[in-house]
Amino acid sequence: MNPRPLLELMQLGKTYPTPQGPAVIVRDVNLKIAEGEFVCLIGHSGCGKSTVLSIVMGLNEPTTGSAILGMREIDGPGTDRGVVFQSPSLFPWLTVEQNIQLAVDQVKPRLSPAERLACAKEALAQVGLAGEADRHPAELSAGMRQRAGIARALAMDPKILLLDEPFSLLDALTRMELQDELLRIWEQHRKTVLMVTHDVDEALLLADRIVMMTNGPAATIGRIMTVPFARPRVRAQLADNPEYYRARDSLIAFLEGQGNELPKEEQCPA
Amino acid sequence: MKVPALPSTLSANPSTAGNAAPAKRSLPRVEPASIILPLLAGAGVLLIWTALSQTVSPDLPSPLRTWQESKRYVLDPFFKDGEMSQGIGRLAFYSLMRVIKGYALALLFGTPLGFLIGLSKFASRALDPLIQVLRPISPLAWLPLGLVIFQRSEPAALFTIALCAMWPTVLNTAVGVRSISTDYLNVGRVLNLPRRKMFFSIILPATLPYVFTGYRLSLGIAWLVIVASEMLTGAPGVGGFLWQEYNSLVYSHIILSILTIGFIGFLLDRLMGAVEARFKTT
Ligand SMILES: Nc1ncnc2c1ncn2[C@@H]1O[C@H](COP(=O)(O)OP(=O)(O)OP(=O)(O)O)[C@@H](O)[C@H]1O
Ligand SMILES: [Mg+2]
Repeated sequence: MNPRPLLELMQLGKTYPTPQGPAVIVRDVNLKIAEGEFVCLIGHSGCGKSTVLSIVMGLNEPTTGSAILGMREIDGPGTDRGVVFQSPSLFPWLTVEQNIQLAVDQVKPRLSPAERLACAKEALAQVGLAGEADRHPAELSAGMRQRAGIARALAMDPKILLLDEPFSLLDALTRMELQDELLRIWEQHRKTVLMVTHDVDEALLLADRIVMMTNGPAATIGRIMTVPFARPRVRAQLADNPEYYRARDSLIAFLEGQGNELPKEEQCPA
Repeated sequence: MKVPALPSTLSANPSTAGNAAPAKRSLPRVEPASIILPLLAGAGVLLIWTALSQTVSPDLPSPLRTWQESKRYVLDPFFKDGEMSQGIGRLAFYSLMRVIKGYALALLFGTPLGFLIGLSKFASRALDPLIQVLRPISPLAWLPLGLVIFQRSEPAALFTIALCAMWPTVLNTAVGVRSISTDYLNVGRVLNLPRRKMFFSIILPATLPYVFTGYRLSLGIAWLVIVASEMLTGAPGVGGFLWQEYNSLVYSHIILSILTIGFIGFLLDRLMGAVEARFKTT
């Protein structure tokens, strides 16, 4: 791992004031992500995964600690972070290409219009949507829309991609398709990714490391697993690997164990 | 239909394949019942109308007499014998022009006001109570005030139309702005869009469907108000004609005016409904 992480979360915590007093959602989140790493954040629903991610996105402010991207502390949203939300959030009044161009225009104002168009087209081609450039989001399937959302994030050429359960609203078949697609794209560019997911298999297929969060309230990082599989990965080959099932069992055991026992502080790796 | 240029087998999944098909807008098929039933209802109304004119209210002209006395106004809608006697088409045109002017004023002031209230908590808290009080005021109440302010009937009528018609535009626009998906706004924030671009690229287009719902409702009210304002000011138009003929005891022309008002109001609503639907589908 590089000596200097691209993204570093230090003692990150979020507390919301509520009528019943302050509600600690997450606390003491410490995590370093190296350049080119693919990290998945996994945990039970409501434990605060999105909260952590939204702080990195700059859409939410931490109550304690800080998040540092590159050399700078994150203090607001910015174009150095490409984001994909659970719902594709494409603008329905623009064509797919215009949606991506909106992002490109903003990120690369110094390029000529022709170069920016080329940029958008390239991003679309990367996710296999070259033929759908002139269609409106409403005319696309859910999977295609989410592809376009990924294309928009890629077109920004960000330092890091932040994905919040990008595939969880898709049917199983489309989800697998997009996972494979993301894997293929990632293995080409090795862009740093922080992705929130519920899906153990998705995390094992994609991630270099899987960060497991304890249950809320006051959730934190419980364990971090380094995924041992070599790259490039192929879904079918993983299924033949006995190591895969060991890793999978260990993840599931952690998530199930969350119901009963609270993790000890020492389990938190530095 | 274009085939997706994917190496995938999207079509293996019925739900995604269904979504991928371009949404075709087919014209609604006209069922026989949807023609026959309104005709029957219309015949029923004519029957009751005839019965009323024959029995309890002898002053009420029967449908037949109404038609005979109104024939010329309908069949030659643009004739003009003088200020007092003009075809119904000509009168409707005057009213429409007046409505369009007042309506344009309503949109001109109502749209920005709606955006202001939707975007600014401060403006919303300051103006919401005021709007709630102004909104239920009848055109009959505004018109005299307009006459006091402007001294002339025409601007007073426009003032009244604009003041009464703008509220649906204001309120719908404000609601539209407030109900923009936070995902859209977050995308804008992540892209660091400057305020101007945030407004014109995201907030405005996302709000348009609501704005046009407001525009349709506002037009309906503007048309309602026109009659009242013409009656009170005696301005030439369908409403002015209605009042003039009432005073001249030509009651059949009251009915002619009423039907004209209803018919034009219906057409206007259909027109704006079509415009509104265009923005809904995008
Ligand atoms: N503004 C707020 N005020 C109070 N509590 C909040 C607020 N926003 C979020 N929360 C709480 O924070 C907790 C964590 O939410 P978060 O969305 O981060 O969870 P998550 O792990 O992403 O869940 P999921 O897997 O369902 O997406 C939730 O219990 C939620 O109720
Ligand atoms: Mg979440």
